[in-house]
Amino acid sequence: MTIADIQRPHPSPTPRNLESKPRPSDRIFRGIVALGGFSSLIILGLIAGYLFLRGFSILQSEGLSFITGYEWVSSINSDGSEGAAQSTYGVGAMLIGTLVTAAIALVIGVPVSVFAALYLTFFAPQRIKRVLVTVVDLMAAFPSILFGLWGLYVLMEPGMYVAELLNKYLGWIPIFAVPVPVFLRSPFIAGLVLAVMIIPIVTAVSREIFAQTPLDRIQAAYALGASKWAMIKNVAFPYSYSGVVGGAMLGLGRAMGETVAVFTVLNILYQANFKILLGAGGNLASHIILKFGEASEEEIKALMAAGFVLFLMTLAVNMLANVIVNKTGRRGR
Amino acid sequence: MTPVTAVSPIKPWRPTRRDYIVQCGILVGSFLASYLVIENTGFAGRLPLVIFFGIFAITSLAILSGMKRGKEAAKDAVMAGAAYTGIFALLLPVASILWTVTSRGTAAIYSGFFTTDMSQDPFSSTLDVGGIKHALIGTIWLIVIALIISVPLGILTALYLTEIKGPGSALIRFLVQAMSGIPSIVAGLFIYSALISGTGRGFSGFMGALALSILMIPTVARTAEEVLKLVPPDLREAGLALGATQWKTVALVVIPAAKSGLVTAVILGVARIAGETAPLLFTTGGADDTNLNPFDGNMGSIPFYIWKALIDGSPEAASRAWAGIFILMLAVLALFALARFLSRAKIVK
Amino acid sequence: MSNTEKEDGSMNSTATPATGTRTTSLGNVATASAAARARSEQPVGSGLEARNVHAWFGKYHAISDMSLDFPTGTVTALIGPSGCGKSTFLRTLNRMHEFIPGAAMAGEVLLHGKDIYAPGTDVTKIRLKIGMVFQKPNPFPSMTIGENVLAGIKLAQLKVTNKNDLMEECLERAGLWNEVKDRLNQPGGSLSGGQQQRLCIARSLAVRPEVLLMDEPCSALDPGSTLKIEETISELAKTMTIIIVTHNMQQAARVSDYTAFLLSDGGPGQIVEFAPTREIFTRPKDKRTENYVTGRFG
Repeated sequence: MTIADIQRPHPSPTPRNLESKPRPSDRIFRGIVALGGFSSLIILGLIAGYLFLRGFSILQSEGLSFITGYEWVSSINSDGSEGAAQSTYGVGAMLIGTLVTAAIALVIGVPVSVFAALYLTFFAPQRIKRVLVTVVDLMAAFPSILFGLWGLYVLMEPGMYVAELLNKYLGWIPIFAVPVPVFLRSPFIAGLVLAVMIIPIVTAVSREIFAQTPLDRIQAAYALGASKWAMIKNVAFPYSYSGVVGGAMLGLGRAMGETVAVFTVLNILYQANFKILLGAGGNLASHIILKFGEASEEEIKALMAAGFVLFLMTLAVNMLANVIVNKTGRRGR
Repeated sequence: MTPVTAVSPIKPWRPTRRDYIVQCGILVGSFLASYLVIENTGFAGRLPLVIFFGIFAITSLAILSGMKRGKEAAKDAVMAGAAYTGIFALLLPVASILWTVTSRGTAAIYSGFFTTDMSQDPFSSTLDVGGIKHALIGTIWLIVIALIISVPLGILTALYLTEIKGPGSALIRFLVQAMSGIPSIVAGLFIYSALISGTGRGFSGFMGALALSILMIPTVARTAEEVLKLVPPDLREAGLALGATQWKTVALVVIPAAKSGLVTAVILGVARIAGETAPLLFTTGGADDTNLNPFDGNMGSIPFYIWKALIDGSPEAASRAWAGIFILMLAVLALFALARFLSRAKIVK
Repeated sequence: MSNTEKEDGSMNSTATPATGTRTTSLGNVATASAAARARSEQPVGSGLEARNVHAWFGKYHAISDMSLDFPTGTVTALIGPSGCGKSTFLRTLNRMHEFIPGAAMAGEVLLHGKDIYAPGTDVTKIRLKIGMVFQKPNPFPSMTIGENVLAGIKLAQLKVTNKNDLMEECLERAGLWNEVKDRLNQPGGSLSGGQQQRLCIARSLAVRPEVLLMDEPCSALDPGSTLKIEETISELAKTMTIIIVTHNMQQAARVSDYTAFLLSDGGPGQIVEFAPTREIFTRPKDKRTENYVTGRFG
C-alpha cells in the first residue's frame, strides 16, 4: 500500500474496467469488418476528392462564375486544335434547368405520392395493400432508361396535350408562355417523367411514416367522433409532416441527379429556360452526358467540376432528407 | 367451440348492396356526363375524359354524403376521392409501362436474338439479323464482378453497424444512406476521372463494374442491416455464452440465421444496378461485338445496347431498344419475385 | 362438453333481468357510492342495450351471445379474467370493434331503442354519443392541454358558442381544472399519467356523450391517481351512463352499481352473471363468480 492510499482510507469505489481483451481471431475479424464498414466513407471521400482534383483547374480559373455563368463554350476542339473563341465554362443555366425540372417533378409527384400513401395506409384492404406495396417497390427498381423510353414514346403525346391546354388557359403566367408553339420535348414533359420516377420513393417513405402514427391516438380520434379526414388532418399529419417533407427531399435528390431519362426526353439546349412548356432545356447530369462524347481534355476537366457540383448538391439534399426522415422515424416509434 | 345456435358473423359496417348500387350509379353517371362534355366541347381524347370523370365522380359523391351526413362527411368523401385518385395516378404509369414494354418489346426478338451480336449489322438493319449476345454476356460480367466487390463490402458494412457497433456507426449509417442517393452519373464520372482519364487505361467491363459497385454497396448494406437487426440478440448471447468467439458467433450463428434475408439484400442490389445506364457510358465504352474479357477492351451491356438503339433513332432501332428493355424488365421482375419468395420463406420459418 | 357450457352461458344471459325488472331492482341498489348520488338529476331515456352480441376476429369467436342493459345514470362494471372478452364487448358498444382487420359481429346494440349497427347509421355520430376512455392515456401530443379538451369539437367540427366555458366545465367535471388552469397552453404530454388520463376523460366529455365507456382506465396508473379517477367516475355517473372494464375487483365494488362477470372457458367469452354489484360480491349465484370474486382463480 502506498502512503496515498492510507491517507484516504475510504476512497469512493472506482468502477472496475470490464473491457476484455478480444482474442486474436476476434481482433482480426473486427479489423476486417471495420475496414469494410468504413468503405463507404472512403468511397465518398474518394469521389469528392477525385472530382474536385480533376476539376480544380477549371474551378480555379472560372471562380464563382462556374456556378453563375450562363455560357459553356469550349475553344479547344476534341482533336486538340484551338478553336476561335475564348473558352468559358459556367453551369448556371444547367443548374437552373436542374432545379426547374426537379421542381416540376415535386409539384406533380409529391401530391400524388402523399395521397397514394394515404390510400395505402388508411384506405386499402390488407390484401390489396400488400400487392400495391410490392408494385411500388418494383416501380422504384425500374431502370431510369425504361422511364426515359416510356416518356419519349408514350408520355410525350398526353404531356404535350396538357402543355397546350396550360398554355392556352394559363399562358398569361410567364412560365406557361411560349414564344413559339414548340411543345415537344419540353422541361415540363421531362418534369412529368421525373415525377413518375420519384413517386415510388416518396410514396414508400410517406407510407412508412404514416404507418407509424400511433394506433391509440388514431383510435382516440375516432372515439371522439372524427371522420377519417378529420383524423388524418389532426392526428396523422402532425405526426408525419416532417417525415413526408424528408421523403419529398429524397425524391428531389433523385430528380436532380437523373441523367438518362432527362437526356432521352428533353431537347438538350444550353440555355436558361424558365418557359417550362418550351421544348428546350436540360439539367446538369444530361449536360455532362451530352458534352462528354466529344469533349477536349480541358472540357473533360470542366465536366468533372460540373460532376463535383452535382455530387455536392445531391449529397446535401440527401443528407438533409435523411436527417429529417430519421428524426421523424424515431419520434414516431 | 362453436355455439349451438348457429349465429353467423356479419360486418354491418361494410357498405350495403344499396350503397354499392348508388355508388355504381354515380360512377356510371359521371362517366356519361364526362363523355357528353368531351363530345360537346373542344376537349378531346382519353386524358380529359378521365380527368372530367374524376371531377364529376368526386363532386357528386361528396354532395351525396354531404346531404346525408353533413359537411364533415362531404369533406371526408373528397378526401377519400383524393386518396383513390392518388393511387390511380400511381398505378396508371406502372400499368402503361408494363403494357408498352410487353406489347412493343417482342417485335425485335427472333430465333437468333440471343445468339448473335451487333458487330455485323447496324441498329437500323432489319429485325431478323443481329442480337444481344454481346450485351447479355457483358451484363452478366458486370453483375458478377459488381457482386464480388459489393457483397462483401456491403455485408461487412452491415456487420459493422449491427455486430461491432464500433466508433462512428452513426456516421457510417448516415453516409450509407447518403451514398444510396448519389446520382449514378457521378459514380461513372468518378471511375472515369480516377482510373481511366489520363492513366492510359481504356474502357473495360471491369471499370463499369466498379462504377456499379458504388451504387450497389449502399443498397446491399442497408437491406442487410435491416435483416441482421432482426436476428434476436439472445441468439448472439447464446453463442458468446457457450464460449465462442465473436467471429465464430457471427459466422456460425448470426449469418446462418439471417441467410435468406442476406440473399434478398443481394438480389435487391442486383435489381438496383441491372439497368443502370449512365455510369456505363463513362466506363465500358459499349461494344457491338462479343467481348469475353471484362478486363480489356470495350464491353457491351443491355443498358448500353438500349442506349445505342435509342440514339440511332430509326424504327428498327426503337424496336431493338424496346426488346432490350423487355429483357431488362423481365430480369428485374424475376429478381423481385425471387426476393419476395425468399423473404416469405424466412417468415414461414 | 360444449353443449353444457353453452347452456350454462345462455341460461345466465337469459337470466339477466329484462328492462322492466331492472328498473325495480334499481331501487334496491344500495352501494355506498350509489346511495350518495342524486338520482333526480338523471336524464330520462332507455339508455344503452346490448342484445345477443357476438364478436369475431377472423375465425376466432371472441364473445358469444352477450345481452346486457345499461340503464341511464348507472355505472356498470365488466369484470373477468384476461381474455374473457371484456374489452371486445366494450368496443362493440361504440363500434370501435370494426377497426380490427377481420373483425365481425352479430346481434344488436340499441341506443334509445335504435340499433347503432343499422345500415345508414352515421358511425361518427354514434361515437359522439358513446364516448370512450382507453387503457393508456392518449392525449394528442401535438396539441396543448386546452386544445386536447376541445379536440373532439375540432375533430367532429361541432359548433360551440363559448369554448372557454366548455373547456373549464369539462376539466372541472374530470377533476383536473384546479391542477391545470394555469397551464392550459402547455402540451398535453407534460402532465403526469393520472392527469393525462383525466385529461382524456375531459376530452371525451367535451362532445357531451350520453354514455362513457372506460377500458381499464386505471390499469396504467398509480393508486393515488386511481382514487382520483374513481371520484371522477362517481361524480360523472350523476349525469351519464358509465360502463367500465376493470381488472380490479375492489374498484368494481367501489364505483359500480351493477357488475357483470364475464368468463371464457376456452371458447368465446360469455356473461356468467349480471347483478347489482353488492350481490355479486356478497351473494354470487354462480359458483364460478364466487370463485373469481373470492380470488380463487383469475
